[in-house]
Formats: sequence, C-alpha cells, structure tokens
Amino acid sequence: MIYILEDAINGILMGSIYGLTALGLTIIFGVLKVINFAHGSLLMVGMYVALWVVSFSGLHPYLALIVVVPVMYLFGYCLQDVIIKPIFKAEKDVREPITVIVVTTGIWYILDNLTLLIFGPQYRNLPDNPLKGKMLEIGDMMISVPKLWGFIAAVSTAAAVYWYFQKTRTGRAIRATSLDREAASLMGINQYKIYNVAFGIGTATAGIAAVTLVPFYNIFPTVGVLFDIKGFIIVVLGGLGSMGGAILGGIIIGMIESIAPQFMTATWTEAIVYGLFLVVLFVKPSGLFGVKYDW
Amino acid sequence: MSFLEVNNIDVYYGDVQVIFNLSMKVEEGEVVSIIGSNGAGKSTLLKTISGLMHPAKGEILFEDSFVQSAPPEDMVERGVTQVPEGRRLFMLMSVKDNLIVGAYNSRAGRHMNATLEEVYALLPKLQEREDQLAITLSGGEQQMVAVGRGLMAKPKLLMLDEPSLGLAPILIKDIFQTVRKIADQGTTVLLVEQDVKHSLSLSDRGYVLEHGRIAMEGPANELLDDPHIKTAYLGL
Repeated sequence: MIYILEDAINGILMGSIYGLTALGLTIIFGVLKVINFAHGSLLMVGMYVALWVVSFSGLHPYLALIVVVPVMYLFGYCLQDVIIKPIFKAEKDVREPITVIVVTTGIWYILDNLTLLIFGPQYRNLPDNPLKGKMLEIGDMMISVPKLWGFIAAVSTAAAVYWYFQKTRTGRAIRATSLDREAASLMGINQYKIYNVAFGIGTATAGIAAVTLVPFYNIFPTVGVLFDIKGFIIVVLGGLGSMGGAILGGIIIGMIESIAPQFMTATWTEAIVYGLFLVVLFVKPSGLFGVKYDW
Repeated sequence: MSFLEVNNIDVYYGDVQVIFNLSMKVEEGEVVSIIGSNGAGKSTLLKTISGLMHPAKGEILFEDSFVQSAPPEDMVERGVTQVPEGRRLFMLMSVKDNLIVGAYNSRAGRHMNATLEEVYALLPKLQEREDQLAITLSGGEQQMVAVGRGLMAKPKLLMLDEPSLGLAPILIKDIFQTVRKIADQGTTVLLVEQDVKHSLSLSDRGYVLEHGRIAMEGPANELLDDPHIKTAYLGL
C-alpha cells in the first residue's frame, strides 16, 4: 500500500511537470486558436538553453530561470512576429487557419534538425547538479526532490499566469482577444501584438518546464516529441484553453503512468492513457475542465 | 472641415460592392442617424469608418486627417469607437472586466477609474452586476454593457450599430434615452438604426441609405415628416 502511495505522489509530481509543458500549448491555443505543433521543440530549445546556462555558470539549475524565461519569451515573441503573423494576416478571414498549423509543424522539424546538426544526436545531462538523484524520505516513502521542485514550479507558474490574465491590462486584453478578436480590436487592442505576447508567454512557460526537467532528464534533439504528444492529450483532457485543466490533466496522466505499472506491464499504461483520452472525447468533448463555448 | 467626413467611398465584401460612391459628414456635437432597411449597407458603412473594413475608393477624414486605411485600434486611439451590432461582449468575462477592456486605449486608460464611475452613474444597473459574467445577463443588460464599454474608451465619436436590435419595446426606450443622455453630455453620436421613429426623433440630422447609396438626407424632423419615409419606413 505504501508503495502505491509513493507512486501516486511521484506520479502527481511528474504529472504536474507534464502539465507545465502543456500549459503553453493551451495558452497559445486559447488565444491564437492555433495548435502549436512546435511546442515540444520549444521545450527542447529551452532545455538546451538551460543546460548551457547551468553548465557554464555552475549555478543551481533553477537559477537558470533568470536567463531562460526572458530568452524563451523573446524567442516565442519573435517566432510569432516574424514567421506566423504574416500567414495569420493572409488568412485573417479563416476561422481556424490550417496553414498556420502546417507552419508550426515546419518550425518543429527545422528546430529539431537544426539542433541535431549543431549539437549532434548524443544524450546530454547535467552530471553534478545539486538536485540530481536526490530523494526525500518520508517514513518508508521516497519522494524525488527534483520532481518536487518541478511540482512547485508548475503550480506557481500556472497561478502566476492566471493572476496575470485576470488582473493586468495586457492580461485582460489577451482574454478579450481570445473570446472575440473583432470586438477586441474595436476596443483598441492590436490583436497581432496580443498574439505575439501570448506566444511569448506560452514559450516562456515551456522554458520554465525545460528548467524543471533539466536536473533529471536527458537532453537530445528530439526530446520534445515525447512531451508534444503528451501535451496534446493533456490539453484535450483538461479542456483546450483551460490553464487549471492543463495542470490537472497532466497530473492525471502522471498518476496513470506511475500507478498502473504496479498492476500490469508498463507498456499498458500508454493504452490506458489513450483509452481515457478517447473516452473523454466521446463523453465530454470540451475536456474535463473546459468551458463549452464557441468562439 | 467637418469633424468626420466621408468622401465618395466604394466598399466591397469580396467581389460584391455594398457601398456606392457614398459621401456624408458629421459635425462635432451632433447626433446623426443613418436609417435604412436590412442590407442597405448601414453596418458596412460603420465598419468602414471604424477601420474594420477599408474602402476601395474614396477617403475618410476624421479631425482633418485621412483615416481610410487606419486599423481599428488606431481609430479607437483617435477617438472613434464603435459599439458593434449584436453587442459582441466578452461573454466569459465579468461585466467590470468588459468595461475595463473598453478603456484599453492609452487616452482612456489614464482616466479609467473616473470613467468607470461616470458609466456606473449613467447605467447604475451595471454596478449591481459588475462581478457577473456577461453571458449571464439579459439582452437589455448586455446592450447596456456594450454601450458602457464603448463609453469607457472616452470616444469623441461614438458609433452605435443597431442598439435596439432584439430588445423589448420598453428596453428600446431605455436605450434611446441613454443615447440621448450621452449626446447631451457632449459626445458626438452616429447612430445606425432600423427603428426609424425613435432614432430620428433623438437625432439632429439623418441620412437614408438605400442599396448602398444615400437616398435622402436632411434635418431629422424634416425626414420624419417626409412622405416617402412615412410610407417606406414608418408604415403610415
């Protein structure tokens, strides 16, 4: 029994990190109505940035946030401004611009292959960081310390973004744009600038997720793909555009992945995850925590 | 020079021409009505002035500068605010947040709290409902929020697109009284309406739009007495 509890706790912790990787996906979808297929690659870029910052400076991995968050914000902001915005403008009368999805897929391939070309295919990690392999012992339970940090980072990031969206001028403008673009522009909101900011915020949260992963995860050019697919499942499970839903959806996936192997072969967990995904799509297509609202 | 001047514009929806060589003007402090039946091009005209659409030909001047190719956010910054047809509130945001978003432009942003109090004084119902989501309000209340949100932008020219649409007669009266109050406080109002009687009786001047062209124009009381308008729009 104690092992199931231990697995549940570690599953919640890892799941919250999955949720954090999906948070940016749900923000970008909520505002731009674009499924960002490059999100895993943005996470990968964030991991490389964090890796270099930490290995060159030798500081605590989480101090890399000071560099990673602004760098990733700017990266996302410029990516949207330079590459995605022109296509958006060309297709502004289309409700769900499909070309943009193709473009984000292109960005995914370019980023992954560029990284492969420059840094090579080898797995990298942070060998001697203060969080690596640390365990917290509570009675008989062993709780992973880097995942605990990740959990704290995930919850505080989601809370901070939520606060920003609720209480600030730009945050309200972002919400207004996500609900009705045309009406928002009649309020004097430049929708393309809002898209840049939203994409920047989404990318920055991917950067935060990258920092939480770097202390215990291997880093390689296609690492994003693993989180990409999970991210899509999580945001659909939690409800597209719902930030709390992303974190909770992540936690559900994390718990399934960690508890299920107690009872069956680990390969079955994937089947359970996808099965749950299908059931949710059939029963509640707007997701577990999504709001049924047509934009 | 007039406050707002529209000179010989042609406007298209894709390949379909909706407005033909149209000219009109609004002076500062006036209340002007644009009346006409469905599909006459009234909403298109407002959308063109507010920058959501752009004329293929002709020019629009606001306070003596050319604005025919300005985007909507630019027009709001200059002081032209459109309250769109069908209210278009941010349905999953609270009434108060809807109003605050209305004051997004930098001119209005500085005076947001003062304007909010003015709007609450004009439309006290909104203060009672400020924490409710816009989607939970009735049609009349939603229209009030839409008008209040437009006022939050501190417009010099407030354009209202069919504010009476889909409202009960008693609420229509309310809305027009509110519009009159707004005009009395010094805001220039451009009103697009199908409710000819109400809108003309609170306006200074009116334009009659038929098939994308100005069919008649003149002082509102003269239009109200005009035999053509009486038969075509008032059913008398």
